[in-house]
Amino acid sequence: MTERDSRTPDGRPPAEQPRWRRDFPIDVAEDAYVARRDFAKFSVLVSAAFATGQIWLLLRSIFRRRAPGAPPARVASVTDVPVGAAIAFRYPTERDPCLLVRRGKDEFVAYGSECTHLMCAVLPEVEKGRLRCPCHMGFFDLATGRPIAGPPRRRLPVVTLEVRDGGIWATGVKLESEQ
Amino acid sequence: MTDDGSPAGGAPRRRPLATGEKSTIVYGILGVLLVLLVAQLWLLTATTNAWLGGDDSVVLPAAVASLACLGLNVGLLLYLFRLE
Repeated sequence: MTERDSRTPDGRPPAEQPRWRRDFPIDVAEDAYVARRDFAKFSVLVSAAFATGQIWLLLRSIFRRRAPGAPPARVASVTDVPVGAAIAFRYPTERDPCLLVRRGKDEFVAYGSECTHLMCAVLPEVEKGRLRCPCHMGFFDLATGRPIAGPPRRRLPVVTLEVRDGGIWATGVKLESEQ
Repeated sequence: MTDDGSPAGGAPRRRPLATGEKSTIVYGILGVLLVLLVAQLWLLTATTNAWLGGDDSVVLPAAVASLACLGLNVGLLLYLFRLE
């Protein structure tokens, strides 16, 4: 039994190879070794990218902790929002859409209106006591902002409210771990 | 001189690795690299999810673990270079 030649793809010696392969001889084993070594190099590059992502999260976390709290902002007058109705507003910045819902005569709740799944705008369904994300049918409890059905796993950011002098004021935003 | 070509009384000379042997070592290193990569990917997605939910407590340990994985990967790559 003849020994298999690792330099050629079919294991036959180079002299028995077709003419075109003899004209362009490639050491198959060496070629595979180089390809795997290059793949290892690329894997380390991807690993460095993942570690960079973690460092970026760490820096964002430090800056978030040091950032001052949002100043109170007037959202609406109490008379502007009938019982069972909702109005949209932005807080603490223009890039943060929120939703104020009047659940009862003296009961107001407000949440960030971006779904925690893929940031679609949630819609209030006050009579059913929930907020609905129409993109992937995610549902949140209107009383707490917790996800109750569908793909979302995190609750909506809660906007803390204060009612004074006939107006409704947003006084801060609480994320899940702060509640 | 001894049978393996090293000077008498000295340390035996190392035989250079054949391409097939090197390929086996690269296979092993690739396996470990891929496991570490999957662990890093999982760490990044889990940490991002927690961070978006306002939980900052996991960010530092996850960053340390990810850097440790990167260190291991770089170490394995350096070992690969030494095989040349």
